[in-house]
Amino acid sequence: MSDLEQFRAETRAWLDANCPEEMRQPLKSQADHCWGGRKWQFQSEAQKVWMERMADKGWTAPQWPKEYGGGGLNQEQAEILAEEMKRINARTPVSNFGFWMLGPALLKFGSEELKREHLPPICRGEIRWCQGYSEPNAGSDLASLQTRAEDKGDHFVVNGQKIWTSYADKADWIFCLVRTDPQATKHNGISFVLFDMESDGVSTRPIELISGESPFCETFFDDVKVDKHQVVGELNRGWDVAKYLLTHERNNIGGEPPGFLKGRALGPLAAEYVGTEHGKLADAGLRADIADLEIDHMAFQALVGKIRAEAEAGQGVGAQSAVLKYYGTELNKRRYELMMDALGSEGLEWDSERTQGGLFAREWLRSKGNSIEGGTSEVMLGIVSKRLLGLPDA
Amino acid sequence: MKLNDEQQMLQDSVARLMADKGPVSHLRQLRDEQSDKGYDEPLWQAMVEAGLTGILVPEEHGGIGFGLVGAGLVAREIGRNLSVTPFLSTAVLGAAALSAGGSDEQKAKWLPAIAEGGAIVALAVDDGAKHRPERLRARVDGGTLSGEKRLVLDGHVADLLLVAAGEGDQAALYLVDPKADGVTIERTVMADSRNAARIRFDGVPAEAMANGGAALAAALRAGRAVLAAELSGLALEAFERTLGYLKERKQFGRLIGTFQALQHRAAQLSGEVAMSEALAMQALDACDRGADDADQQVLAAKAKAARVALLAGQEAVQMHGGIGMTDEFDIGFFLKRARAGGETLGDANYCADRFAALRGY
Repeated sequence: MSDLEQFRAETRAWLDANCPEEMRQPLKSQADHCWGGRKWQFQSEAQKVWMERMADKGWTAPQWPKEYGGGGLNQEQAEILAEEMKRINARTPVSNFGFWMLGPALLKFGSEELKREHLPPICRGEIRWCQGYSEPNAGSDLASLQTRAEDKGDHFVVNGQKIWTSYADKADWIFCLVRTDPQATKHNGISFVLFDMESDGVSTRPIELISGESPFCETFFDDVKVDKHQVVGELNRGWDVAKYLLTHERNNIGGEPPGFLKGRALGPLAAEYVGTEHGKLADAGLRADIADLEIDHMAFQALVGKIRAEAEAGQGVGAQSAVLKYYGTELNKRRYELMMDALGSEGLEWDSERTQGGLFAREWLRSKGNSIEGGTSEVMLGIVSKRLLGLPDA
Repeated sequence: MKLNDEQQMLQDSVARLMADKGPVSHLRQLRDEQSDKGYDEPLWQAMVEAGLTGILVPEEHGGIGFGLVGAGLVAREIGRNLSVTPFLSTAVLGAAALSAGGSDEQKAKWLPAIAEGGAIVALAVDDGAKHRPERLRARVDGGTLSGEKRLVLDGHVADLLLVAAGEGDQAALYLVDPKADGVTIERTVMADSRNAARIRFDGVPAEAMANGGAALAAALRAGRAVLAAELSGLALEAFERTLGYLKERKQFGRLIGTFQALQHRAAQLSGEVAMSEALAMQALDACDRGADDADQQVLAAKAKAARVALLAGQEAVQMHGGIGMTDEFDIGFFLKRARAGGETLGDANYCADRFAALRGY
């Protein structure tokens, strides 16, 4: 048996023995996701046990080094673990911005001290992170941000306002872009700093969205003290970290859609609601639209595979991440439109128990943010045309 | 998927060959000369010498057995240069059909001839204006074939016709001699200046294959997959020529490529072309690997490539403006070929419909 086959056999056996039955059911909605953190209330004993067992194994962050609480797996082993988890429908044990964003940034730019301080609590699901990027006057033009950190000798004092901070009210720590050199040009003079959301002077206010939900907050900083060693990368070079993370974030888009449609095909769903005639969906227009979406999705996945294979061969993803972000999010929006077409009036229900409180309509509306957050579709097309196609500036 | 070293070498050498021996200017020349054969004979000879005519022919029959990924790489370069050859009709459709369903005798007779460039083979499937192989009207009864076929690529120069027809309730391919009594061939020049034929069969002897049903299925699958690669190559070239134009044409005192309206359209088109190419190669690879969902992937790839090629052709003409409408300028050839290639072996709507059926809705 090869090493990888051996690894697969052991992984399968371990998952069978350790993944609780309740954690082998698909998420009913995004509310079933385990975020972790100091304020987290586990929905069940099974959710807690599953997170702890996976964390002990290092498999909440399978590819991070073992010394920081990760699993130390290589790419092939990580793929096997993902396949074996998918085989039994195992849920993600815990995930938040610490795993998706801060961890990769620390691993690339962070000092040894910061890695040892912050990575293990992320892996154990103890600290939940949020991201402080956008400001009321710095959206698509992120580098014009004005939140400032003044040097007070052994610490910084941070003042300003962030917006669209995902789950700021539920997070324990924030990674935040602040201006540390107001004299420097726009992209210089920004630093990437970390601080506790329980620090004096931090306050949050949730923003109600068109979906009726409030995953985003306004976040205010009023003379917040930040320890000076909590700077990731070089002082005033935070834009490098931010750019790396945005690329990383965009690169991660393109997997399965989140929420209700995760793992669900539109064809059978539509058949349930609109019915079939002679074995075909009874709505010919919807049938053609679903086929086109699935074909486009298959083409998108083929491109994702190709770009990742090239990235592993050392050509890097770089600006290609803008292509993935653009198409991944636009496809997801189309998918939710078709879901609503299929569901008819059932999709419109806003508060019935039958629809888990308007899950369909809310997720449909939520999907509209996909092509805005993390860089709008228009910003992505601008990056593609200038950096990939070499079209000139005006 | 990612090309292996052997495939990468094939791509590089074919790219050189096609650009050198089969450029767009040859298409124009063939059209203007009203060539009898209707294809680029020196190019076809060069492809024979390079072994490309035997790319799908197994080694025991004198080919190189390179598989569909290899055939797709050749087709991609054909698409980029709009080369005019019987590659699709003979080396892909003919070789795939005979390999999959021919008797030992049929294989021994025709496959080496295909590999050596000694025979041109044409596939006749469509009974009407649209590709509907599930509802064939041509019939074989007591060993004789009657019916009418359209869009038979290279039909007027073929040495062998492979004709799809129903016998009883089975559909299959039959071998027909184009010179037999009762065969009437009308050459039709298409909008893209390539030739196809309308062929009538009035009680013509039809030779059955060992498994004519499998031969038909294999030919359609291989042809659609390879066409997806050809159309993707065409779309890529049309896009790149257009991108070049955006970087040199000036209006209002500035390069038109500085206008955001055009930048965003170019960016969208580049992504569409990249997805079309990636899916085409993935589908070809799925066929070679015998993947369970290979048929779904091929239908998806053909549908996507047909749409993207047409989009690329339309955008190319539009972004070139007035000059894009002139015959003197080559860009219009890409739009025309996109239309013809998209229609061949099932247009995007047909492929999407079959795709949906395979997906169970």
